[in-house]
Amino acid sequence: MELSELWFVLIAILFIGFFFLEGFDFGVGMSTRFLARDQKERTIMVNTIGPFWDANEVWLITGAGAIFAAFPHWYATMFSGYYLLMLAVLLSLIGRGVAFEYRRKVEDARWTNVWDWVIFFGSLLPPFLLGVLFTSMLKGMPIHEDMNMEASFSDVMNMYSIWGGLTITLLCLLHGLTFLSLKTEGEIRQRSAALAKKLVLTVIGSLIVFVGFSWFMTDIFEVRFIPELIIVALIVLAYGLSYFFISNKREGRAFTMTGLGIGLTVLSIFVGLFPRVMVSSLNKAFNLTVYNASSGAYSLKVMTIVALTILPFVLGYTIYSYYVFRKRVSDKEHLTY
Amino acid sequence: MDPVMLARIQFALTTIYHFFFVPLTIGLAFIIALMQTLYVVKKKEIYKKMAKFWGHLFLVNFAVGVVTGIIQEFQFGMNWSDYSRFVGDVFGAPLAIEALLAFFMESTFIGLWIFGWDRLPKKVHLASIWLVSIGTMISGFWILTANAFMQVPVGYEIRNGRAEMVDFLALITNGQLWVEFPHVITGALATGAFFIAGVSAYNLLKKKHIEFYKKSMNIALIIGFIGSLGAAFSGHAQAQYLVKTQPMKMAAAEGIWEDTPDPAPWSAFAWIDTKNQENKFELNIPYALSYLSYSKFEGSLKGMKTLQAEYAKKYDPIVGEGTNYIPPVKTTYWSFRLMIGFGMAMILLSMIGLYLWKKGRIEQSSMFLKILVPAISFPFLANTFGWIMTEVGRQPWTVFGLMTTADAVSPNVSSGTILFSIIMYALIFTILAGVMVYLMVREIKRGPVEHQDANSTVSIDPFNKAGA
Repeated sequence: MELSELWFVLIAILFIGFFFLEGFDFGVGMSTRFLARDQKERTIMVNTIGPFWDANEVWLITGAGAIFAAFPHWYATMFSGYYLLMLAVLLSLIGRGVAFEYRRKVEDARWTNVWDWVIFFGSLLPPFLLGVLFTSMLKGMPIHEDMNMEASFSDVMNMYSIWGGLTITLLCLLHGLTFLSLKTEGEIRQRSAALAKKLVLTVIGSLIVFVGFSWFMTDIFEVRFIPELIIVALIVLAYGLSYFFISNKREGRAFTMTGLGIGLTVLSIFVGLFPRVMVSSLNKAFNLTVYNASSGAYSLKVMTIVALTILPFVLGYTIYSYYVFRKRVSDKEHLTY
Repeated sequence: MDPVMLARIQFALTTIYHFFFVPLTIGLAFIIALMQTLYVVKKKEIYKKMAKFWGHLFLVNFAVGVVTGIIQEFQFGMNWSDYSRFVGDVFGAPLAIEALLAFFMESTFIGLWIFGWDRLPKKVHLASIWLVSIGTMISGFWILTANAFMQVPVGYEIRNGRAEMVDFLALITNGQLWVEFPHVITGALATGAFFIAGVSAYNLLKKKHIEFYKKSMNIALIIGFIGSLGAAFSGHAQAQYLVKTQPMKMAAAEGIWEDTPDPAPWSAFAWIDTKNQENKFELNIPYALSYLSYSKFEGSLKGMKTLQAEYAKKYDPIVGEGTNYIPPVKTTYWSFRLMIGFGMAMILLSMIGLYLWKKGRIEQSSMFLKILVPAISFPFLANTFGWIMTEVGRQPWTVFGLMTTADAVSPNVSSGTILFSIIMYALIFTILAGVMVYLMVREIKRGPVEHQDANSTVSIDPFNKAGA
């Protein structure tokens, strides 16, 4: 395997990690607005993700950084081409990050309420927008010979990409709900499990529609028919199992399954893309691939050594942090956020 | 308006704003880790109280620093895509390493620190804040590795129409990096220290929690002195390095149009006329510039006119005939002087402070304390002017000698789009600044003792007797 191919795999892993981890804290952030009965419950819910959300977000930052380092052309084309979408992602993440820290810095219900709305939209918009981004990337964007992309609004926002955005958002919401049922007690735990159970069928439905859409709108099933078919089958299986585990109150397993569902969905996107990183809708010859968009061999070698050395430590202390805060969160204890 | 200008305005806006929070984060994290170490070693409650109180202010600042940092990583691709294509092979690596090595560490251990006061063993909890502090400095190291490349490009070769990395070691042993990194870190320590000193001074004037703020003040003055003195020495080393590597920037920073006499005088004040390329009025200190540049009382420096001719010969084949290689002189000259001025004031203040401390008169010296409060702004101003000098003084280059700023911008992004995003950032930055200042002032007014009481009652469920 060439190093540029390896980096495509590493970037795929970073984005799978991002959606698996930040996926549930996006989901928790979204559900605060309709699952919690009052501010006290919202506080408990926000505190379940308190120690984790920041590090989860770093998976995205690292993913973007890895794209920059390993595929400068991919980075340049994508970030300049999706300018307004990126701006919206940034503004959402800015608001969200500050909101967690500030929501209870003043003991005033209105103050907290405003920040909780920021958390809601800050958790709802990024998965939707990133879903739109990846879906439209699969379909192909107007990328010219000079690798620059000049997209109109409808290139970014169309039926297919919006459906993709909504689907990713739903996957995150479900993942957040299974996380909540795992990390809370009493009523919130029951309510989130009940809602998760209701949501599973909607999620499977929207995924099937998404697959149907993709069949007509993209070439991923032509390029990788068998692997994509297997992944889709596994996704449906994962969500089917999550339904079973939620019903049987096996919350840890249900959470694992919804995480697996998200991970496999992101995987299907990267499998469908490979070896392309940006598909041109104008001409196949203008596609950006792992071969024509990558950094030089030396740079990739350095990056590979550095990444493979550091990653075990990152995984180690990440697991430690989840171990330290493994207990269920309730208002019987001091809640920081 | 020209997209290049707008993209530059946006870069200035977002980086300057981001860099209000970064040095404060680096400085405070270190000082808080120090305070908590004192707590664990000496087992005195007051140090725990200190770590907690300053920790609260730290977190209010940290949140904004983190979120405004994400913009930086995205904006190279958004506004400077041709730059990203040209240098990504070299420049992307330090950014990715920064995320892998520093951001994961900072974000995971800050979570453990915030939520771990009652859950972690004392020493592990202490280790968490130290790892946060180390993480902030590692982060600084890698982003400065990237910046140093823009000032003094090393370890690359031009291949396939772009700069490709050929020597990673050269990147991290870049001489520019090793004068820049200590300068930024010491400056950041001084920033954290002057923040604590100023807030402590305010409360000592109000005669509140005297013991608490006196102890905080003591730590802050020591770190403030080390930091500001270290920034001066490393800054001096950096200036000497600049004379060798980017003489044009130095000539602009000193307002030198013609080659200086030997020995060269240092300009304390100059009325600069950019149009006629001369200074209408100068106030000079003889010998000083020779000494500052070469550590001896001889040697001359080249003026901007000579350098323009030299650069034209060397670089016109790359960037085109008739390029102006002289940066905005007044901005470079004055930002350099303002940085030095505020830096010197900080050294002086920390020395006076330590003297008063030693004499045991610090809490009675109301005049001095009154100066310390607005002096909180000094390091922020010095940091900002330092970066303006460094970045504006490098113009017209983005990467010195390799790529001009005008060639670096995204060709597919319109002026209107950039303008729109500037307005959005300006709006959200204004709101964030307002909220942050409001929260800081609130926490400071509350003070350390009340804060803890409030903290433990806030979260308790009124219906849950067992929890209270």
